[in-house]
Amino acid sequence: MKKKIILFILLLIQIYVSYQNWFIEGKIWSSLEYKFATGFSILLIFSILLLLFKNSIFLKFKENALYAKMFKEFNKGYGGKIAVLILALIFYAAFMAPFIAPYSPTEIDYSNMTYSAPSLEHWFGTDDFGRDMFSRVIYGARIALGVGFSAVLVNASLGVSLGLLAGYYGGKVDMIIMRLVEIWNSIPFILLALAIISALGTGIFNIIIAVGVTGLINFSRLTRSIVLQIKEKEYVEAAKALGASDLRILYNHILPNSISSLIVLGTLRIGISILVVAGLSFLGLGIQPPTAAWGTMLNRGQEYLIQAPWMSIFPGLAIIITVLSFNLLGDALRDALDPRQLD
Amino acid sequence: MFAYIIKRLLWLIPVVIGVSLILFGIMQLVPGNPAAVMLGTNATPEAIEALNEKFGFNEPFHIRYFLMLRNFITGELDSIYYGDEVINIIGRRLTATIELGLLSLIIAVLVAIPTGVIAAVKKNSLFDLLSMFIATIGISVPAFFTGIIFIYIFSVYFPFFPSSGYGGRIWTLSGLRHLILPAFALSTVMIASTSRITRSSMLDIMKEDYLVTARSKGVAEKVIILKHAFRNALIPIITNIGNQLAMMFGGAILIESVFAWPGVGRLAVKAVEARDQPLVFGSILILSILFVLVNLLVDIIYVFINPRISYK
Repeated sequence: MKKKIILFILLLIQIYVSYQNWFIEGKIWSSLEYKFATGFSILLIFSILLLLFKNSIFLKFKENALYAKMFKEFNKGYGGKIAVLILALIFYAAFMAPFIAPYSPTEIDYSNMTYSAPSLEHWFGTDDFGRDMFSRVIYGARIALGVGFSAVLVNASLGVSLGLLAGYYGGKVDMIIMRLVEIWNSIPFILLALAIISALGTGIFNIIIAVGVTGLINFSRLTRSIVLQIKEKEYVEAAKALGASDLRILYNHILPNSISSLIVLGTLRIGISILVVAGLSFLGLGIQPPTAAWGTMLNRGQEYLIQAPWMSIFPGLAIIITVLSFNLLGDALRDALDPRQLD
Repeated sequence: MFAYIIKRLLWLIPVVIGVSLILFGIMQLVPGNPAAVMLGTNATPEAIEALNEKFGFNEPFHIRYFLMLRNFITGELDSIYYGDEVINIIGRRLTATIELGLLSLIIAVLVAIPTGVIAAVKKNSLFDLLSMFIATIGISVPAFFTGIIFIYIFSVYFPFFPSSGYGGRIWTLSGLRHLILPAFALSTVMIASTSRITRSSMLDIMKEDYLVTARSKGVAEKVIILKHAFRNALIPIITNIGNQLAMMFGGAILIESVFAWPGVGRLAVKAVEARDQPLVFGSILILSILFVLVNLLVDIIYVFINPRISYK
């Protein structure tokens, strides 16, 4: 019952926000940003409705012993719960940014082109161009999450493929791949990203590539060690005896067994990627102004540290809270998903 | 054990060659002719051709690679931005980077390990909860933000330390005063993660049977913790320090930029900004070699603490 009340309140809030934006401010289709937020809002309303009227979805999870055990492990400490709550808020802010942000993140206020302290009108103050910091921080969540996720996706797909190849084929292939990955890892990853950016130039796409191809060793080592364990299992032998191809065995037997460990590592890597992207942007070599990215804002804020500390503090706090949530979530997921603890 | 160390030392050779090859390969991704980039927009075709001849830009990949490496080592490789030899520019800044890195590593070990041990011994005490709460947040704070906060607190609000610049060598008073803030800022991430690992590995060890035996024999609690438990807990701690080094090297670039510290990291950033490819190559190569050497040192310490590794 408690769950239903919470869901109902969420539904009301979402309908109110959408109504306010669509019918009073007229933000439905006029730009790509609004279309995106509108679509997300409709999706959210429908999924809440589905959860409200379909009891069976909850029951399905509750009756499954494995899921029940995972939930129990996950809910043991406060860390996981708090992280899920905060991340849900951050994701919501990122998806709904044009509906939530009170001002434009990039438009310069020419009538008042100076920084001002936090006030009721501008909750986080304004920056040196008179832009609302609260809106910029909200839009920054989009960049941080988007770039962080894409970079980890690139990183994981490369690292996992290398690890699968090395672990499955063993012998010389294993040695060569792992040695090459080790040499690749001998360049500290921020420096490698820096070198790649110096060649390709800045910009969101290049940043994703640069951060995505560095630090491959984590995913490849983890995947390799899991493959080495699973390769010896009877069901893999059986599949081999039945004439299954290597690709089929890798895809149907080995990958599903490694997915939970990969999710844990991926969650922790997202935090690190966000830190690296913020660091590169802080150096002025990542995401370029006027795009509202947290690292870029800190870069600007450092110049006005004495006169306008809020220009640094709020984006910095946003980075810390986001990365902290991903770290806490990763720790909680490790407790819940780690197959060695689930016995 | 010595066979292992020699094997690790020999492994350095392919690593250094591989790293330089990777960096050189990345540089080839730069669009356009390097000679044209070096001379700017007003260059005549003849001048570009002359420079191509001089630096061998028309040669195939492997010859260009060897030329660059030879020029770098002999000091003939010139920076575009500074117009000086790359190796000299880096050499002048290397001490500053090593001072910063070494001091923060020492600070990190001196703060993190005692914190972790005390937190484990006095589990669930106020000290334990508070220090682990701070450590959990600490691993999520970007190093440059710590630097900014330190500047705000310790040189703007309470002006104890200078906010930026280099004050001379580490043993002079002015040098140390300039070094303290950046070194502490750089060590925070290492302190946070190492103290967490120290605590958890101490707690794991303290459940072991041989500690119960030692206690029942009447060994003093101090001896049990320091001699029996801590020495065994060191293995994961050292592993973690090794893993954190990459993060620390990356943090060093950011910290050097925040504090205007004249080190190789800031040089690398400037080189990337100026699109000065020879300098990018040189500074990142030197930093990577430094990183590999520190890692090697950690591995050797690891062998001494955990002799089992050399039998593998």
